[in-house]
Parts: sequence; structure tokens; C-alpha cells
Amino acid sequence: MANFFKDNPDLQFSLEHLDLSEAVALREDNYRDAEKYEGAPVDFQDALDNYRRVLDVIGEICGDRIDPRSRTVDREGPHFENNTVTYHPLTQKNLEDLRRADVMGVMLPHRYGGLNFPVSIYTMLTEMVSRADASLQNLFGLQDIAETICEFGNEEQRQQYLPRFATGEFDGSMDLTEPDFGSDLQSVRLRAWQDEKTGQWYLNGMKRFITNGCAKVHLVLARSEEGTSDGRGLSMFICEAGPKLVVRRIEDKLGIHGVATCELQYNDVPAQLCGKRRFGLIKYVMSLMNGARVAISAQALGIAEAAYREARKYASEREQFKKSIDRFPAIYDMLSSMKVKITAARALLYETTRAVDLRNGYNHLVERGENVTPEDRAAQKYYNRVAAVLTPMCKALATETANQVAYDSIQIHGGTGFMRDFNAERYYRDARITNIYEGTTQLQVVAAIGGVLQRDNDKRLAELMALPFTGKLLRLKEVIAGHHARLLDAVKFVSEKKDPEYHDLMARSLVEMETYVFVGMLLLRDALKCDKRLPIAERYVLDSVPEFQKRYMRVMSNDTVLIDNHRDIIDY
Amino acid sequence: MSYTVLVFVKQVPDTQNITGDAMTPEGTVNRAALPAIFNPEDLNALELALQLKDRYGVRVVVGTMGPPSAAEVLRNSLFRGADECVLLTDRAFAGADTLATSYALSCCAKKIGKFDLILCGRQAIDGDTAQVGPQLAEKLHIPQICYVEEVLELTPEKVVARRAIEGGYEVLESPLPALMTVVEGNDPRPMAGHRIMKYKRAKTPSEVLKAQGDSNYVDSEAVASVVEDLRGKGLLIEEWTAEYVGADKSRIGLAGSPTKVKNIMSVVLTASEAKAVEPTDAGITGLIHELISDHTLG
Repeated sequence: MANFFKDNPDLQFSLEHLDLSEAVALREDNYRDAEKYEGAPVDFQDALDNYRRVLDVIGEICGDRIDPRSRTVDREGPHFENNTVTYHPLTQKNLEDLRRADVMGVMLPHRYGGLNFPVSIYTMLTEMVSRADASLQNLFGLQDIAETICEFGNEEQRQQYLPRFATGEFDGSMDLTEPDFGSDLQSVRLRAWQDEKTGQWYLNGMKRFITNGCAKVHLVLARSEEGTSDGRGLSMFICEAGPKLVVRRIEDKLGIHGVATCELQYNDVPAQLCGKRRFGLIKYVMSLMNGARVAISAQALGIAEAAYREARKYASEREQFKKSIDRFPAIYDMLSSMKVKITAARALLYETTRAVDLRNGYNHLVERGENVTPEDRAAQKYYNRVAAVLTPMCKALATETANQVAYDSIQIHGGTGFMRDFNAERYYRDARITNIYEGTTQLQVVAAIGGVLQRDNDKRLAELMALPFTGKLLRLKEVIAGHHARLLDAVKFVSEKKDPEYHDLMARSLVEMETYVFVGMLLLRDALKCDKRLPIAERYVLDSVPEFQKRYMRVMSNDTVLIDNHRDIIDY
Repeated sequence: MSYTVLVFVKQVPDTQNITGDAMTPEGTVNRAALPAIFNPEDLNALELALQLKDRYGVRVVVGTMGPPSAAEVLRNSLFRGADECVLLTDRAFAGADTLATSYALSCCAKKIGKFDLILCGRQAIDGDTAQVGPQLAEKLHIPQICYVEEVLELTPEKVVARRAIEGGYEVLESPLPALMTVVEGNDPRPMAGHRIMKYKRAKTPSEVLKAQGDSNYVDSEAVASVVEDLRGKGLLIEEWTAEYVGADKSRIGLAGSPTKVKNIMSVVLTASEAKAVEPTDAGITGLIHELISDHTLG
């Protein structure tokens, strides 16, 4: 009788204190949807009650059903024969359980049969699914594909696909990466050509590393403009599985064994254009990837949660020198640090999803164009900027945290953790992809640095710093305020130096300094709401002092030697 | 042909997850300390009914006898896919043993009228008697199949079901209407998001009354109008009293229950070592002698 929602006080705290009222009112059309759709909430409390109930149901499914199946799924994985992928019977059962619980179209609007839940709640579900079986999240999380069709497809395409995504009949894949182009998506080559007589589009070429490439519905990034070579020649297409779309092989991976990662060959596959030509990468895929980055952050956090719990349990049961090992400073230091990092990553994750929900809400409001006030437009602009900087910051933090926590989890297990009889090694393997796919941490830094230099978080930071802190919390706030002042110095230093190479070299340090300041304030805010969170906030802020200082010293050092001599080092 | 399947379920204390204060000092079950849950095998019965709904479009009506709070398991049934619910509730039903319970349920089934199948869980985890289902079939004078795992076929004339027997299974055919008790094994479907959002608003008339708040001043017209509104939306959980179902007062509740609980013992198993007995005549003879000599037998 395990329930991954009810056994997680931090997740419940996140739900109860994440003020979604503004975002949900936007999403539910000021609760006018309640008159049109059975079950749509009548006010925010009603919506929150729905979220709580569904989280509870999925928490139980994750704890009682999916988690116990996960080891076998990892060991046995999907089956591939005659160009056909067959998922493990237990993976199929997992999907059936989730489908029956109506959570395959969590964010889709009521009119297409979705639950119309905000991204924040979908992310909480994602976190629990990943804690139970990280590889299952790669199938559950493909709801982002339906979201993209909903956002950018035409009404006919929405009607054609979305209701069947909502019931779980359709699954999807996003086909971006090619053998030669991963991070550099603007160079994608897969060709889209149009029959001049019929207007029908066809796709021709190869894609690689496609998660669930055996899906029924594919969103494909392809070059529709002959003679172009950059991102503006790419469009997005929808196509369906069929004899012309061949799964050539599936990859043999380090982790997330439960899901098939496919190589695809397109032999003139008929396709529909989704959205406008030439906007494929620059608008649609960027949006899709930003959504996926939030989801991967949650996947990473779920793995970290699982790895931490396993380590904590083991450390309390394992006795050496006549006492349980969690009584030794070296071990309780690691356990505390893991817990603090997880709490920090979760705080940033739900601050991010809240910004994403508000961004989506205001984008839709402005697009609909009815009674839009200047304040609405300002809010739209603001939340677009905030979501754009927080999403990559969050992905970098959550996925690197997951790797550290999974690593320490094995360390706490000692030799036992190295054995495949325990779950620790699986979490370690599963975590490893999270800071790579949907953009490596290095690319998240590239995505975040602009917002850091332009100080897009300063308005929010000022709000947080104005909270009525007293006593210890006030002293901790002063520590962060000191960091913030030095962060501004460092930003000024790098900006004024106007050296692109130094800028790129220091970007990671700057983004991490920003993260220490921002997350520190989030944890102090939470400690103000709940006394039990004070030790975690305190630990985070105090641990961040030397970490922050190290990065500050590096940025301010003006040390450009590496730019000049890195080849001498690398090539020795 | 549209079939009607009745599922009788029970809200029980969660005896599977026992905590320290599960028993009162007097040796009775401390219901307050144990969370009330859906009896596990009744979930299997409901799942079987819902599978029949998926296959044949049957109408699934779920009934339970219990205090007003038992409405929770009925809402839970609605969240999973049930069409209608009836709560059989009356102080006169309280304290019923299996005889009185099966009589009350038989009155409820007769009141519902036409049905093709009745499904019950094999047994409840609080009493573990497995008697209510079979007794109910007897009172309704309909055939019964116990320990059912799966329905193989349902036609207007008959049901073909597979039931578990020791070391295997048996396929039986029965005319309709019939009663079946269901064992664990089918994977009960989870509660569904859309249905939760809709049916969380489902209420019994007494819950509507309670939601009105002030017990000194009850606006009965307002209550009646809310009840009618819920009925119109298919969100009313009917409450039926003993009188409404035409139950004979002497046959229900404590009055109708010949079973008297004399004592409940909290048995704590203390044996620390196991003893293997060879499966031979000599081994068995040795064990019997041992049991006779320590007065366990004879």
C-alpha cells in the first residue's frame, strides 16, 4: 500500500502553497468552462480538489503497481523483431493503468477530452511516474506532442488527433535528431517535398535516437525549403506510422531501458504540415522542447527522490560497528545534502511551472484578443521572459542534482549498491540521460545566460526579499542579499568586458550563482510558511556560501589563460 | 438486449494494515483506529461487472448496506465506472450478522426489480465468512456460482463462468438471473480522472442535509430542490430505508441476527521455530501421537 503522493510531504507542500489561482482562472476561462463541460471546476478550490484527488489516484498507481514492476521492465525491456517494437507486457500494463485513470491527456482542453490541468500538476504526475519507473515517463511524457498539435495545429488536425491522444489510443514521438545533427538542429536535413498537383507533403530521410519512434503519431522536423541550410528552412509535420516509415533498429542504452529509442527511415511518408512553413524550429520545436525540458526536470527529480529514499532506508537498516550507518557524520552529511538538493530542485521546478502556466494563460488570452488590457500584455511579456530563463535553469539544476543524488545513493549502499540486485544502480543509470537529452546542461546554460545577464529574475527576487523575514530567516536573507550584490558585480564585469569567449567560458558559473541566489530565496519563502522547512533552507543557504564564492572568484579573476592555452593542455 | 448487473459491496475497516490500536481493551475491533476501505474482493466483483459493461454494455448498479458514511465506497464505485448506486441505510439494519444482512440485501434486490446478475466479493476482510453472497442467492431463489474468476460468455439466457477450485478451475453454466461471488485476481481498474471530477459531486440526501449546516434550522425546501437537481444530473446516491425496501423488522439488524459474538481474542503468534513433518505414514502417525499426547487432539 504505497502512495507516492501521500508519502511525500514536500510534494504536498508544493501543491498546497503553489498559488495557481491566477493561472487556473485563465485556463478555465474564468470558470465559464464549468457551464459547458461536465466536471470542469467551478472555482479555484474546486480545481485544487480535482488536482489533489487525481494526484492521490496516480500516487497509488505509481506506488502499488508501477514501482513493483519497474525492475523487471528494466531487465527485460521492449522486444524488437521484424522492424516492430513490442513493449514489455508490464510496460503495457502500466500504460493501461494510466490510460484508465484518464491521465493521457492531462493538459488537453476539456473540448478534446482532456483534463485541462495546468503544467504544474502534470509535472507533479510526471515526477511520481518517474520515481516509480523513469523509463515509463518517456511514454507518459509524450503528451507534450498532443500539446504541440493543440497549440500550433489547425482545428481539423486537433479534431483528428487530440481526442484520441486524450483516451490514450494514440501515442506520439517527436522526431528531431538526425545521425549528424543533435544539438545543432538548425542543420537538420530530412527532406519534406510537396506533390505540386495534389499539394500532398512527403517526408524522406533518416532520424536517430527517437524516443518511442514506434509511435502511431509523429511530429517531424524537416527541411521544406529547398536550397536552405539554416533553421528558417525547417517546418514541422505530422505523420502517422505506416509501411513507409520504417523502424530500422532500437538502441541498446545505459538506462531508461523500458522505452524504445529508435532509428527511423522515411521512404516518402505522407505527412501534413503543422502550423506555418519555416516556423518549424524557430517557433514550434523551441516551444515543444521547452515543455519537454520541464518534463525532464521532473523525471530527474523523480529519480532523485527514489534514489534518496533507497539510500535513506538502507542507511537506517545497515549496521556497522554496532550502529546503523546513518549515525555516522560522513553518512548523515551525505543524506542531508541529498535531501536539501532535492528540496531545492523541487522548489525551483514548481516556481518554473507556475511561470510556465501563467505564460501559457496570458499567451492564450492575448491571442484570443477579447478585452485584452495593457496589463495583460505586460503580464504576457513578463512571464514569457521569466519562463524562458527559469526553464533552462531548472533543467540544469534538477538533472545535475539527480546525477549527484543517484551517485551518492550507490556510495551509501557501498558494495551492495554496485550489485544489480538493488535499485540504486538502476537509478544511477536512468539519471544519466537526463542532463543530456532535450539539451545538455551546457546548452541549458546557453539558453539561460541571456536572462541572467539581463536580470530577468530581479523583479521576482525583489518580491521575495521583501517578505517579512525575522530572526534566523532574516539573517539568512542577508547572506543571500550579499550574494545577490556580488552576482550583479559579476554580471556587470562580464558584460562590460565584451569578450564573447570569456562570456561563454564563465556562463555556467554565472547561471549557477543565479541559481544559488534564486533558489535560496524560494527556500526561505517556504520556511516562512512552515517551520519544519527552516533547517533545510538554512542548510541550503549556508552550503551555498563557499560554492557561490568559488564561482564569484572564478568569474572576477579575469583569468583568460585557458582561452589561450587549452589546446596545449588537451593535446599534451 | 440490455442487462442489469447488481454489485453488492461493503465498506470495511482496513484489517490488512493493522496498527497497534486495532483492538479495543474489551477485545472488539476498534473501528475508529482503522481506516474504512472498499472491501478488496468487492473491488474484484465491481471490476468483473465493469468488464461486462465494456463487453456487453450492461448497466452496473452498486449497492451497499451501511451507515451514511458508506456512501464513500459508492462514490468510489462511480469513479471507477458504475452507473447507479443505492445506499441501504437505517438504524434498524445495525448489528446485522450474515443472515440479517443477506435478508436485507435480498429486499434491496427485489426493490430494484429486474436484474440479470448479482456479483459479490467472495468475502469481506472484517468477518471473513463468505456467507452473505450464497445466502443472498438462496433468499432470492436463484442459482449461484462461487469463486468466479472470469465470465466467459453472457447471453440473454445464460452465463458461462470460470471458477477457481483447488488445484485448477471449473467452467460452469447457469441460467439467468444468477449470483456469482468473485475472487481476487482480476486487476481492478483505477479511479478515472474525468469520472472523479464529475461524480465527486454525487451525494446522498443525508449528505445534502448535512451540507446545509445549521441543524436547528433546516430549509427542507432547499434540501428537496438540491436533491432533485442532483437526481436530474444523475448525481444522486439513493438512500433506502428498511421500510422503503419492505423489510420485516424482526429479520434485520440485531433483532434478526442469531449470531452472538461471545468473545474476540487478539491472537499473537509467538512460535519462533517451524518443525518439518515427513509426508510419510510414519511421519503422520508420529505427529498425531504428539498432538494426542499434548491434548491438542482428543
